[in-house]
Amino acid sequence: MIYLDNSATTKPDPGVLKSFEQISSHYFANPSSIHPFGGEAEKLLNMAKKQAAELLKVRQEEVVFTSGGTEGNNMAIKGIALQHQQRGKHVITTEIEHPSVFEACKSLETLGFDVTYLPVDQSGVVSVKDIQKAIREDTILISVMHVNNELGSIQPIKEIADLAATYPKIFFHVDDVQGLGKVPLSLSHPGINLCTISGHKINGLKGTGILYVDNRTTLFPLFHGGEQERNLRSGTENVAGSVSIVKALRLIKDKETSMLDHLYEVQAFLLHRLKDISEVDINTAEKAAPHIVNFSVPGIKPEVIIHMLAEKEIFISTKSACSSKQSDESKILAACGFSRARTISALRVSLSFETTKEEIQHFIDNLKKAINQFKKVME
Amino acid sequence: MEYDHILIRYGEMALKGKNIKKFTVKLQENVQQKLKAFPKVKVKRTQGRMFIILNGEEPTPIIEKCKDIFGIQSLSLAIKVKNEPEAVKEAALFALQNSEDVKKFKVTVKRIDKNFPIRSQDLNQVLGGHLLSNTEGYTVDVHNPDLEIKVEIRLEATYITSSVVKGPGGLPVGTSGKSLLLLSGGIDSPVAGYLAMKRGVQLEAIHFHSPPFTSDRAKQKVMDLAKQLTAFGGSINIHVVPFTKLQQEVFKEIPDGYAMTIMRRMMMRISEKVCEQESILSMTTGENLGQVASQTMESMNTINEVTNYPVIRPLVTMDKSDIITISQQIGTYDTSILPYEDCCTIFVPKAPKTKPKRDKANYYESTKDFSSLIEEAVSGIEKVKITAETTIEPTFEDLF
Repeated sequence: MIYLDNSATTKPDPGVLKSFEQISSHYFANPSSIHPFGGEAEKLLNMAKKQAAELLKVRQEEVVFTSGGTEGNNMAIKGIALQHQQRGKHVITTEIEHPSVFEACKSLETLGFDVTYLPVDQSGVVSVKDIQKAIREDTILISVMHVNNELGSIQPIKEIADLAATYPKIFFHVDDVQGLGKVPLSLSHPGINLCTISGHKINGLKGTGILYVDNRTTLFPLFHGGEQERNLRSGTENVAGSVSIVKALRLIKDKETSMLDHLYEVQAFLLHRLKDISEVDINTAEKAAPHIVNFSVPGIKPEVIIHMLAEKEIFISTKSACSSKQSDESKILAACGFSRARTISALRVSLSFETTKEEIQHFIDNLKKAINQFKKVME
Repeated sequence: MEYDHILIRYGEMALKGKNIKKFTVKLQENVQQKLKAFPKVKVKRTQGRMFIILNGEEPTPIIEKCKDIFGIQSLSLAIKVKNEPEAVKEAALFALQNSEDVKKFKVTVKRIDKNFPIRSQDLNQVLGGHLLSNTEGYTVDVHNPDLEIKVEIRLEATYITSSVVKGPGGLPVGTSGKSLLLLSGGIDSPVAGYLAMKRGVQLEAIHFHSPPFTSDRAKQKVMDLAKQLTAFGGSINIHVVPFTKLQQEVFKEIPDGYAMTIMRRMMMRISEKVCEQESILSMTTGENLGQVASQTMESMNTINEVTNYPVIRPLVTMDKSDIITISQQIGTYDTSILPYEDCCTIFVPKAPKTKPKRDKANYYESTKDFSSLIEEAVSGIEKVKITAETTIEPTFEDLF
């Protein structure tokens, strides 16, 4: 099997699985129970938090364990909106956000909020100037993703954070689900208030995530109850999940330091080979994240190619897994201004640190075969 | 262009005469220890000042760490450039543009390298003019500036520094010897430890543990508090005393009104023995005059009778609200208020004497020989080393 759909989800690391299994079996107590067994679980949870804080270079109390990217994004966006609506009801985001940001913003509109969706340029990048222009007296939140999940385009987060830092009344949320471990981002920047991270995109497990909430930021909680996680997210803590995402985080940070060049090399190899295929148009711009390549084969339905490759046990995807249930046009590519022929025929290859050039070559050979086979039928 | 240095200014230490080297060397060690996680960083001492050389590391998290190191009066980001007028101008402009909340600035030049072609007074004018003509919205104010850009032209290079971040002051931990902190788990004792460290004290801690009446979590809480204190200076040894037997015996044998006083006298006796064993010259407590029954003047007098070691009481005259404020600032408050029972809260006499007397305490103690129980407690002490690095306990290491 050649798995090239790592932006949808990644293979859990065996060590991560082992931690999860061991804690689930041996330390299953509720960390809030006052007996020593509960104490052990609480200790593990605290260690997980400390370790996460060290790896992310933030403070321990700024780490909130969640169930993943969608929860983190909803918690940040709705949490800010509901908590700070007296200050204003205007939110700024972009046209290329993940559905968990986009739909959360849409839901705010039904509650009387006003949302500005900023366009992006052809390479899928939002302009800081546009953000500056969109800021109003009643703006309370800017939410921008770090790395786009379909295109791999990198947003100018540092510059936006610099800008946001000059508006003390505005909170800035970054969706770093796709960027973590691939494109470095410093959360200690004073302009960044919130950042969403997901476990299963970094060889962790589904159902695990972290929301960074800096200690100047207050949120209206989505879940009320036993006041766990500093009262930001009630519900019995997922100790095993929390330790497992911290382990995944440590492993991915190690790889980020030691293997990033390798990943860029494999991506360059893939781009080079794709350019040799005349039927292929590459959508991912230069200076994108190292693990995502988006391309179109105009005239062939992407689903057809996916199924033909799947026969050979090669797995790639159309657009993001979370958007694939909706219409067949990629909203993200449309926002970049690509022609309809390209937006309805887009495919995404997403790499992991373990992907090899041999696998890429094998994928390219089979892609060519699939295109030729399809063309023959149509002639 | 980017900031490549952090300049460290000493506080009170600078007033030390011939001894100053002892203080600066210790401070350098403490800074190096604190910045272990940033392997590229170098800490250098030159005459009268200390530099952190960033070698490409992000300055913000490093400043954040150094803000807690005692002995540091203040920190500034610095740029090192060649002794050339153009380079100096460019760096000064960078310093102004990279500062926040600044409207009014001033430039101060110190020219040690007399070969530099422009004299200090003239360079003030040149730089001020350069900054004003290349920016908008700034004015010069020499009396009340928001930002002072300091340019120091030394023989080897020119250093430009701007915004000043305040350090905690005090003396480097380890320059004033060791003290044994009586660490209960409440709000006060960690603050007392912190304030002692601020005067250069290196801490060890003693904790009285009474299982099964007190839980492992209460013990863990104390470890966590000690861990939080390591942020201000090095590792801390905790001596955990098995206190159950002695405590039970005291509450059984001694009249209700004096049990608490005598329990505290026992604690002092055990602490003194630990001090002797570990060559520690004093004890530190979180006692605060008048806060609770055991902290009246009479109580202190009676409890203090059993030791002639100096007892440092940094909180003795402070208001509770001020203690809480410090505890929140140093990050121990949230741990301190966790609701676990500790050895001082499990047996609470109905009516403790607020004015205990020495002679009565001595009389009650003479009715029973406690010495063997004290010896037993001391010999059962478990010594745990808490370091800033031990986030993950060895038993759980595989899981992370």
